[in-house]
Amino acid sequence: MASTTVAGRPAPSDDKRWRQVDVRMRRLGYRPDGLIEVLHTTQEVFGYLDDEALSYIGESLGVPPSKVYGVATFYTHFTLKPQGLHTCVVCAGTACYINGASALLGAIADKFAVKPGGTTADGKISLLKARCLGACSMAPAVVVDGDVQGHMGPGQLVKLLEEL
Amino acid sequence: MSNQTAEGAGAARPHRQPEPLLPEGDVRVSANVCQAAGCLSMGSEQLFENLREAVLAKGLDDVAVRRVGCLGLCAAGPLVLVPEQGRLFERAQPGGPQGVSELIRSLSGDGDGGRPLATDPFFSHQVKVVLERCGTVDPERLEDYVATGGYEALAQAVGTMTPDDVIAEVVRSGLRGRGGAGYPTGLKWRTVAKSAAPEGRFVVCNADEGDPGAFMDRSVLESCPQQVLEGMAIAGYAVGANRGYVYVRAEYPLAVKRLSSAIRQAEHDGHLGRDIAGTRFDFQVEVRIGAGAFVCGEETALIASIQGGRGTPRPRPPYPAASGLWGCPTLINNVETFANIPAVITRGGDWLNAIGTERSKGTKVFALAGAVTNTGLIEVPMGLTLRQIVFEIGGGLAEGRRFKAVQTGGPSGGCIPKSLLDMPVDYESLAQAGSIMGSGGMIVMDDRTCMVDVAKFFMDFCREESCGKCLPCRVGTEEMYRLLERITTGKATRAHLAQLESLAGMVKATSLCGLGQGAPNPVFSTLRYFRDEYLAHVDDRACPAGVCPITQESPGMPVEGALAGTRRSGGAS
Repeated sequence: MASTTVAGRPAPSDDKRWRQVDVRMRRLGYRPDGLIEVLHTTQEVFGYLDDEALSYIGESLGVPPSKVYGVATFYTHFTLKPQGLHTCVVCAGTACYINGASALLGAIADKFAVKPGGTTADGKISLLKARCLGACSMAPAVVVDGDVQGHMGPGQLVKLLEEL
Repeated sequence: MSNQTAEGAGAARPHRQPEPLLPEGDVRVSANVCQAAGCLSMGSEQLFENLREAVLAKGLDDVAVRRVGCLGLCAAGPLVLVPEQGRLFERAQPGGPQGVSELIRSLSGDGDGGRPLATDPFFSHQVKVVLERCGTVDPERLEDYVATGGYEALAQAVGTMTPDDVIAEVVRSGLRGRGGAGYPTGLKWRTVAKSAAPEGRFVVCNADEGDPGAFMDRSVLESCPQQVLEGMAIAGYAVGANRGYVYVRAEYPLAVKRLSSAIRQAEHDGHLGRDIAGTRFDFQVEVRIGAGAFVCGEETALIASIQGGRGTPRPRPPYPAASGLWGCPTLINNVETFANIPAVITRGGDWLNAIGTERSKGTKVFALAGAVTNTGLIEVPMGLTLRQIVFEIGGGLAEGRRFKAVQTGGPSGGCIPKSLLDMPVDYESLAQAGSIMGSGGMIVMDDRTCMVDVAKFFMDFCREESCGKCLPCRVGTEEMYRLLERITTGKATRAHLAQLESLAGMVKATSLCGLGQGAPNPVFSTLRYFRDEYLAHVDDRACPAGVCPITQESPGMPVEGALAGTRRSGGAS
């Protein structure tokens, strides 16, 4: 049986992960201003935000679909597409830029045919570009599956990704 | 509210990490292992464990091994500080040149290993107010903070001072906002306190550190989150607010984790929450996580984002001090500003006022990065020269390269050339030089950096981060980017250059918020100091630094033809 929110709306499916979303919304008192917090939680548990999730959240918080979609697409952290098995974030902040971040992106594009914001054809790696990770002392820096790695070189990064 | 109470009652004593190895008797020496993001990524967690085991195995019962926050010299991590011996161990990883064995040898003896701090210019020029406890307290242990005088300022403020007294002390300190604009903090507090607030007031800590090349706020939150919370609570008392928000970037997961843990611990021990320090003052803090929008560092956009909407700015006035979160008077200060407050209260405003220059008081934290030897986090008194920062503290340029410029203030800032290296670093001098203090990112550039390319980099940043609300910023940044793209690919004429300058002036004058108003600054400052590089791209179709992809064939048509084309389009507009 699908779990039910206090507001009486059944979750879109039996997927147990909806419970986490429901708990978050309950903690926030179903306030419309909790929208971003709920989107964070939903993306954490499902990996991305699909139409179903967006409309469920909107209905539960009393936020119109246009606004939910507007918020979800305004912030670069939110993604409406499923992500690859692994993620590689290349920092393109100033320190990383002048220390060769473009060469890292170039090497990935050559080897895996993927651009920032995209996922490889085999669904293995999603490539993202970050504005600045604050890891400037280790420039250029990348984050592979959550691990920050500094002083990265193009060859080293390609090897790292191949070994994933 | 009932939700809050239920959670509070249900929560057991906050989870604490396993107790660090603290000897039962007197501590002769301590090994403070840096656990900030930089060192962690270089294996300092493992180093901490290895060191603890080694100290146990050797039976060194007068050596304490602690986890601490940022030690500053991020370039040489993982770092271990031995405060009693005044020594810092760099690249202290197992198997590295200074592995655990050397550390152990030094710890068990007189401490002759590592780098002595007293005579090292990286450390001797620094004055630490904001970073006072970074490197001495465990960021996840409230006890450490309290043992070093933490929350005394809050107790003193709420117990012995009136809110007006607190504001007067902040005014006396001369403290100005550390987020970039440098607005007098005391004045802002007074405005918020005086604004009518039938439905309460709010305190917001802006930790949306979006400037690329800046990591001061991240380091402070990762190293000593309690100090920021204490500053916020004092501000809450002074302006009459009972609720606070910290708006942190999603890119800083460790800072979010430590901040959240700090809030739980402080609430548990009565430093935050209800009836603080035995008085009737209540102050609750919540964390709000950003979602990757640079414009949310702008205060009205930040408010829109906390309220769950798209982070777009709105015209001011009304300023948030009069009408902010949910229309209530709202005090918004930066992380570093709040971190200064406890010292202002305990040591007095006059104490902070005595540090710095005529109009810029106190210290400033800078994130030193780029082509400099000692990249890392530093805190210096206002008025130190750029030369001292780059060449003495920073140790000069890496690999014997030649200094070209230092970029301050992020995408709204500018590039300062060699000829101005002896300029004192304060709000006014930087503004005069065509840059801004900004939040504190300082990126050193050498002769391999093309200044036109740097301007293009920042314009690319601004056009992508422009929220799209106002036309000058939305369209102007895009057009300026295209012009810079033309220049860097060798397809521009002098007319394009003139067009760039005129457009930059228009965007600066007519944009709605600081993002658009500041976006032309990198163009202006590079044109002012490095016009010859622009001209080399335009006239000679050459990039002096060898960065830009100009091929002699690339213009596609002779220069005369290009000029004629421009004249035509210029005439039509």
